[in-house]
Amino acid sequence: MSAWVEVCAVDDIDREDVVPFEHLGCQYAIYCSPDGTFYATDGLCTHERAVLADGLVMDHIIECPKHNGRFDYRTGEGKGAPIRVNLRTYPVKIDQHIVSIEID
Amino acid sequence: MRPKRDYSLIGDDSRRAVALGLSQADWYRTPIPRKRMKELMHRRNGPAIRDTALWLGLLVIFGGLGVYLWFSVWSLLCFAAYGVLYGSASDARWHECGHGTAFKTRWMNTVIYNLACFMIMRDPTVWRWSHARHHTDTVIVGRDPEIIAMRPPKLWHIAANFIGLFDVPLAFKHMAIHASGRLTVEEATFVPGTERAKTYWTARVWLLIYAAVVVTCVVSGSVLPAMVIGLPRMYGAWHHLMTGLTQHCGLADDVTDHRLNSRTVYMNPISRFVYWNMNYHVEHHMFPMVPFHALPALHEEIKDDLPAPAASIAAAFREFVPAMLRQRADPEYYVHREVFGTATAVTTSG
Repeated sequence: MSAWVEVCAVDDIDREDVVPFEHLGCQYAIYCSPDGTFYATDGLCTHERAVLADGLVMDHIIECPKHNGRFDYRTGEGKGAPIRVNLRTYPVKIDQHIVSIEID
Repeated sequence: MRPKRDYSLIGDDSRRAVALGLSQADWYRTPIPRKRMKELMHRRNGPAIRDTALWLGLLVIFGGLGVYLWFSVWSLLCFAAYGVLYGSASDARWHECGHGTAFKTRWMNTVIYNLACFMIMRDPTVWRWSHARHHTDTVIVGRDPEIIAMRPPKLWHIAANFIGLFDVPLAFKHMAIHASGRLTVEEATFVPGTERAKTYWTARVWLLIYAAVVVTCVVSGSVLPAMVIGLPRMYGAWHHLMTGLTQHCGLADDVTDHRLNSRTVYMNPISRFVYWNMNYHVEHHMFPMVPFHALPALHEEIKDDLPAPAASIAAAFREFVPAMLRQRADPEYYVHREVFGTATAVTTSG
């Protein structure tokens, strides 16, 4: 059963940036794209589980800080070596300037 | 006393490293505010385009003069410079473009990566995965495929590679294996099945190119074609080995703190151009997302948390050569590094 979980205020994330979020022992990455849209994915790289929030956001790509693996954070799609498994994504909503994600 | 180190990626020390948690471990990183880190990671095309234009321009000039003036002392001097640009600068270009950090534009990284791989005779796919492992398990015995100086070190082997005497024949052996549609047993431990066909086809194309060079030499009765393609990987290799040896030699193995197993070295501007700032090696390993052009700034940011850099290439050699000589009889010996501040180093050997 899924539930919406509050993450942070919209102002807590710069545009074209990412912040980490932990909930019940699971790690997530919350993104704000260059046009101000928010997205959420699993927080660890599928390659070797580095923390993606330490990585670099460029347009709609998050690049892993450890081996420079790249994902499209809107879809979770891996963009080539060393990524072989896509990232899981989560629905995001904004309510009264609060960012929430829907978690199973 | 630890048993003889097994550097094979499928041997006892590989299993030992996994059992001890040394593989895919959490490595120490100096804390840097996110805002500053983003500035340091920022991608730009300008510095790499400038350096690449200079690199390729110098290759054309020195290579062209070498051919034009062949055979004379002047041509040999031109090829000496051409060789370093071909057989050593390609090492740094392969490395930086493999990380995808040299250029902001992806296709530029890809083009220079593949060109540099050809020059340095490293399969683009195998070495991309090999280097990922090197960053995951830096100088972890049995896990890191890119350890140059093992313990005890084979000094004659290292010395011979200043002109590629082992590396180049090995590269051709691997090309032959790959061209036959296989990987080595060790390569198969880190290259996924879906990536392997690229390696096989690359090897076939490269072997055709080298066969064409040999045929051209035979037909023309001159070694000149090979002086331009192939041989510079040997006569120009000395600089990349000289700088590469400074990275980790003589330092700790099986630790999870790059300050203990990597070395930053202050270098002259020419070597830094050839080496693309990889002399800031602790910094690079700690933050591989930072492009070569931002490494000096990263160094300034975190140097107070790092061991003192070697003052020069010669100073680095003065540190690790005696250590390697001692390791011939005492493989447990290594150069200890003082770490401080927020250090949480984990050591399991030495």
